[in-house]
Amino acid sequence: MSNSLLTRRGLLKTSAVAGAGLALPTIFTSGAAAFTNEPMGGTVTLGFNVPQSGAYADEGADELRAYELAVEHLNGEGDGGMLNTFSSKVLEGNGILGKKVQYVTGDTQTKSDAARASAKSMIEKDGAVMITGGSSSGVAIAVQGLCQEAGVIFMAGLTHSNDTTGKDKKANGFRHFFNAYMSAAALAPVLKNLYGTDRTAYHLTADYSWGWTQEESIAAATEAMGWKTAEKVRTPLGAGDFSSYIAPVLNSGADVLVLNHYGGDMVNSLTNAVQFGLRDKQVNGKNFEIVVPLYSRLMARGAGKNVAGIHGSTNWHWSLQDDASKAFVKSFGTKYGFPPSQAAHTVYCQTLLYADAVARGGSFNPCAVAEALEGFEFDGLGNGKTLYRAEDHQCFKDVLVVRGKENPESEFDLLEVVEVTPAAQVTYDADHPMFAGGALGDCNPGA
Amino acid sequence: MDGILLQILNGLDKGSAYALIALGLTLIFGTLGVVNFAHGAIFMIGAFCAVTLSRLLSLSFETVDPTKTDFLGNPATIKTPYVEAWFGPEFGGALIDWAVPLAILFSIPVMIVVGYVMERGLIKHFYKRPHADQILVTFGLAIVLQEVIKYFYGANPISTPAPEVFIGSFDFGMMLGFDPNVIIYPYWRLVYFLFAAVIIGAVFSFLRFTTFGMVVRAGMADRETVGLLGIDIDRRFTIMFGLAAAVAGMAGVMYAPILSPNYHMGMDFLVLSFVVVVVGGMGSLPGAVAAGFLLGILESFASMNEVKSILPGIDQIVIYLVAIIILLTRPRGLMGKRGVMEE
Repeated sequence: MSNSLLTRRGLLKTSAVAGAGLALPTIFTSGAAAFTNEPMGGTVTLGFNVPQSGAYADEGADELRAYELAVEHLNGEGDGGMLNTFSSKVLEGNGILGKKVQYVTGDTQTKSDAARASAKSMIEKDGAVMITGGSSSGVAIAVQGLCQEAGVIFMAGLTHSNDTTGKDKKANGFRHFFNAYMSAAALAPVLKNLYGTDRTAYHLTADYSWGWTQEESIAAATEAMGWKTAEKVRTPLGAGDFSSYIAPVLNSGADVLVLNHYGGDMVNSLTNAVQFGLRDKQVNGKNFEIVVPLYSRLMARGAGKNVAGIHGSTNWHWSLQDDASKAFVKSFGTKYGFPPSQAAHTVYCQTLLYADAVARGGSFNPCAVAEALEGFEFDGLGNGKTLYRAEDHQCFKDVLVVRGKENPESEFDLLEVVEVTPAAQVTYDADHPMFAGGALGDCNPGA
Repeated sequence: MDGILLQILNGLDKGSAYALIALGLTLIFGTLGVVNFAHGAIFMIGAFCAVTLSRLLSLSFETVDPTKTDFLGNPATIKTPYVEAWFGPEFGGALIDWAVPLAILFSIPVMIVVGYVMERGLIKHFYKRPHADQILVTFGLAIVLQEVIKYFYGANPISTPAPEVFIGSFDFGMMLGFDPNVIIYPYWRLVYFLFAAVIIGAVFSFLRFTTFGMVVRAGMADRETVGLLGIDIDRRFTIMFGLAAAVAGMAGVMYAPILSPNYHMGMDFLVLSFVVVVVGGMGSLPGAVAAGFLLGILESFASMNEVKSILPGIDQIVIYLVAIIILLTRPRGLMGKRGVMEE
């Protein structure tokens, strides 16, 4: 007869204890995780979702450099950059809330579906508590929607469409970069001074969210000062050769060509326009002019000599002489050997602004972060006094009108700032018709 | 009328590129019986030959100029290209300015080597395999080449301007009695069209009037009989592969100022060029050239505002639409011969 230690009562007791023991961790964690990807250990993971291929890859590469620099500064490495000039002083260079900042990166490929997939993977597999990035508003809007559903904060990178903080705005999404309306409001008075009120514009427009809202904004602002609009032609993103769109321009009676293109598309369309000799032509007794409403130095470099004398607007430029801009250019330039682009600047600011909001709110909870950012007024990030408006999560700050330099002194010295348009001149009501149609909704902490 | 003329002109340069690529595709298909999907990548590598030569010529040494400062406030470094230091600023500057036309000379040996390695190293092993296998392996090769270029040159288009004298455009309309500024055409695109015409003419004469060409044409018609006559037709076909690669490569070099080279330009052109080959008729050289120009011009027409306002989006599908119509009415393509790809 075997003397088994196993009795019925013993078995029940053991299973009950084991069962409770197994269940315990999940009971605790599900109770403790108040929001998606709450950082538990000594580190916090941010997700940098940028185009590493596709039409906006140049911008993406520069964004990634700035993100890496921001992470260094947050963790107390390097010279601290704009942490030293930022008006809010809660960040101490010991990570965020004492947690060391880590990051993962994704390639958006400048495509909405690829961007959503990489953001999803960073949230679900890598445990990113915040997603930031963009370049292309189509991508930014898609990823912003995904972050809203997943319950993480989205700090938009280079996205200029009115819709990002207009009809597609989301409670979990925030934009530091300026938008198409602001470009139009800043450019129109300058164009009026330069080219007068009797002009006819021809628009070539990238056929997606950003292009449409920029075309609408520029056309509205120029028509308000007396210009006529001859034609609005949509071109596919990444069309490559724009000659068949450029060729009919001179024939249309227009004397201004507005290129609502960005990145590689703008480089190609502007190069084509110059090849066709548009800039040397006279139409209606006036010099033919080209306007590129959204400019960047990276594009200017790609387009080479073709940008000389062409006007546009930009969010920030490295030649600004305020302390914050100088500090940023110094730490970026020392690390990488060339000055940062506006894309690099905006994502660096966004990373700092997120970290600062977490520190001020005392939590990584998206709702606490959103509350800390809403209505936040700050300075010392290179754009002067800036407001993160609570109603639509859009930053309001000065806008730069720039011109391609005729005689650049170096390979970086391609644009010159013509005018700094004050924030008040580019501010609009939160219910402006160009931004109407959507609602922020409630912040979603997920989990 | 003026709008139509303008779009015909406009279609010529794109049509020239299609025709040159399609010509090479057809040569390879006609001689070796291989559908070479890596042919677009050869066009792309050609464009990057222009980029490479222009970078080589611009290689510079740096000197510190203490009177100027860079963006960080340090003393500025001034770059002087070696060619300007060696040959004087005038001749050196002209060499850099003429990098694209010079790159043709540079590209021919490069492309022949690339073509030779491609054919001997990989494609040779697939002659007796089904067309589907050939398409898969050459398509894979195209992706590999594309990624190699992306690794070395980055993902962005690289601006490669034409020589200074060809910048700008001439008023074609004025010559024909139209108002000024109605029909304008950039000089470089005209150069491209003439260049394409010369190359196409040269390839045709080579096949038509040389003994080598005659043997190749005989081999295309009946490979076995030519082989039985004691002629090493395989070696000649390998040379034709190199020739086709050189044609696509030169087409790419000259296209660099029209479309800033990027790593995926080959794929963009290949798909359309393949449609061109099918429309022209598999294996027919004149068909490939005719269809190349025809589809280039049609694509140009379809992007006219007047057309797009009636049929939005037509500019992006017109080539495929025409291909469907032609294949339904003439299944062998415009100039296709009986028996090709029908076994």
